[in-house]
Amino acid sequence: MAETLAQKIVARAAGRSSVEPGELVTCRVDLAMLHDSGGPRRVAPILERLGVGLWDPSRVVLVSDHYVPAVDPESARILDLTRRWGRAHGVARHYDMLGICHVVLAEHGHVRPGMFVVGGDSHTPTAGAFAAFAMGVGASEMAAVLATGEIWLEVPETLRILLDGRPGPGVVAKDVLLALCRMIGLGGAGYRAIEYGGEGLAGFAMEERMTLANMAAELGGITGLVPPDRRTLAWLERAGVSLGEAELTRWRSDPDAPVAATLRLELDRLAPQVAAPHGPANAAPVDEVEPVPIDQAYIGACTGAKLVDLRMAASVLRGRKVAAGTRLLVAPASARVWREAAADGTLATLTEAGAIMLPSGCGACAGYGAGVLAEGEVCIASTARNFKGRMGAPSSRVYLASPLTVAASAVAGRIADPRPLLAERREPEPIGEEAARVG
Amino acid sequence: MSAELEGRAFLVGDDVDTDLLAPGAYMKGPIEELARHCLEALDPDFARSVRPGDILLAGRNFGTGSSREQAAQALSVLGIRAVVARSFAGIFYRNALNLGLLAVVCPEWDGIARFDRVRLDPRAGRLVHLASGRSFACRPIPGHLLEMVESGGIVPWLERRLAARRAEGAR
Repeated sequence: MAETLAQKIVARAAGRSSVEPGELVTCRVDLAMLHDSGGPRRVAPILERLGVGLWDPSRVVLVSDHYVPAVDPESARILDLTRRWGRAHGVARHYDMLGICHVVLAEHGHVRPGMFVVGGDSHTPTAGAFAAFAMGVGASEMAAVLATGEIWLEVPETLRILLDGRPGPGVVAKDVLLALCRMIGLGGAGYRAIEYGGEGLAGFAMEERMTLANMAAELGGITGLVPPDRRTLAWLERAGVSLGEAELTRWRSDPDAPVAATLRLELDRLAPQVAAPHGPANAAPVDEVEPVPIDQAYIGACTGAKLVDLRMAASVLRGRKVAAGTRLLVAPASARVWREAAADGTLATLTEAGAIMLPSGCGACAGYGAGVLAEGEVCIASTARNFKGRMGAPSSRVYLASPLTVAASAVAGRIADPRPLLAERREPEPIGEEAARVG
Repeated sequence: MSAELEGRAFLVGDDVDTDLLAPGAYMKGPIEELARHCLEALDPDFARSVRPGDILLAGRNFGTGSSREQAAQALSVLGIRAVVARSFAGIFYRNALNLGLLAVVCPEWDGIARFDRVRLDPRAGRLVHLASGRSFACRPIPGHLLEMVESGGIVPWLERRLAARRAEGAR
């Protein structure tokens, strides 16, 4: 029986030779990721009540990224509690203020093809860029996973999304996702597994694939999968994980595997997208969006502040300045992104243009950290969500776009198309891992 | 918990997200404080208007967004006994059941006004509007999940399972 990639991973984790969509199964978890917000402070009391410890500390990764750095005694207490809990339970892998969990997992090679990953965060599907079945859960369910190493699951159907052609200048993974949100609606995937495919997929750098997988959350997928290829192996190699070519054929859907639906997107016909307040599905081509003046431009979050994202912003900002009356805030997604962006000159380009640098962490995206909005303020952000009040005051308004469009808007002081600014450059700048990597 | 419940209907629309249900600014503090701000960006009087026993009737994709289970917990703290929605975001649905809050999919409900009385049978999968007598089909909650919800959620349920396992081992 032909199977999808999602079925193959779930079957392996369930200890079965095969599974069918709709079946209820219990999966063994290969990796459990928890962070400071939904992690120890919520799961510790539950584990105490159950009178159990961790089923396997070597399969647990702890990341402090939501309340970092502490801004008041309460956030300091949460971070302190997180550190103590990690030490007390023998969690060797605690990434403390080193970046946003989903990016940190990828940087350290913790997520690999065929793995079954559970994370205490809705953007856990980011790991699907590496062909891991990765799903987000709440704290009580995470506590149950930590106690037993198991989770129940209804085997999902697959929604296949085929990316055809090549994106034109100024169009990147974020634009693909905003267009998909408009096409199927917020949550339109109905908790199916999303699997990307099509000949256009090969052209996306790993960090761009992470954006595709990340926003499976907004599409409503239980997970978002990208089948592995040579780029996947090269990224993992750099992270210290050597995998054979056999993994490439093992972890992909059978060609005739039945799927719930197939969606096609023609990349060459796609324009840069902007999602209006207050939802990612309110997306439209940038030239159809009113050039609203903006108070703040924000490059941050797991969705929009990886090295590739910072390089995109720099490609627009080089030799230009942020408009008077507009502020550009940049919170690199991890400590490694900081180092690499410093080494290749990206940071200098951003700060020379007038960007204000913020610490790595979830930050303003979820209204937790520095960079939140006042009543009535307008922001354009490279983040995944623009729900009402999420980034600050309830009457603030957030537009979503790619780092290119956010940077172009920062220069214009209003929502702006990055394409004219990019066209003024003689040579397009390489932004993926093809560009020389340092560090 | 009895199989059927009856209560006042409280209505919300489509795509009610977790930032509305559990605003980020209150996530550090105690759940009782957070619950007072539940849905305030949508309706500043929400926390004051709901009464224990109310049943929340929602549109599609209820609970979209974050994995923060405080979104479901805040509704429980305010006394809401069940959420009936045309559809749910997957993580919210799991969180609700895991916390002992009934979450029932009812694709076609209509003609019910705020504060009308409704009766919900999660086992049979039926929502009844008492004033008109109209009945709407819901997706029944599978037996093993209903058992978990009725025991108060995944933690009490797991507590019992672990205790049974220990008793077995002691014998």
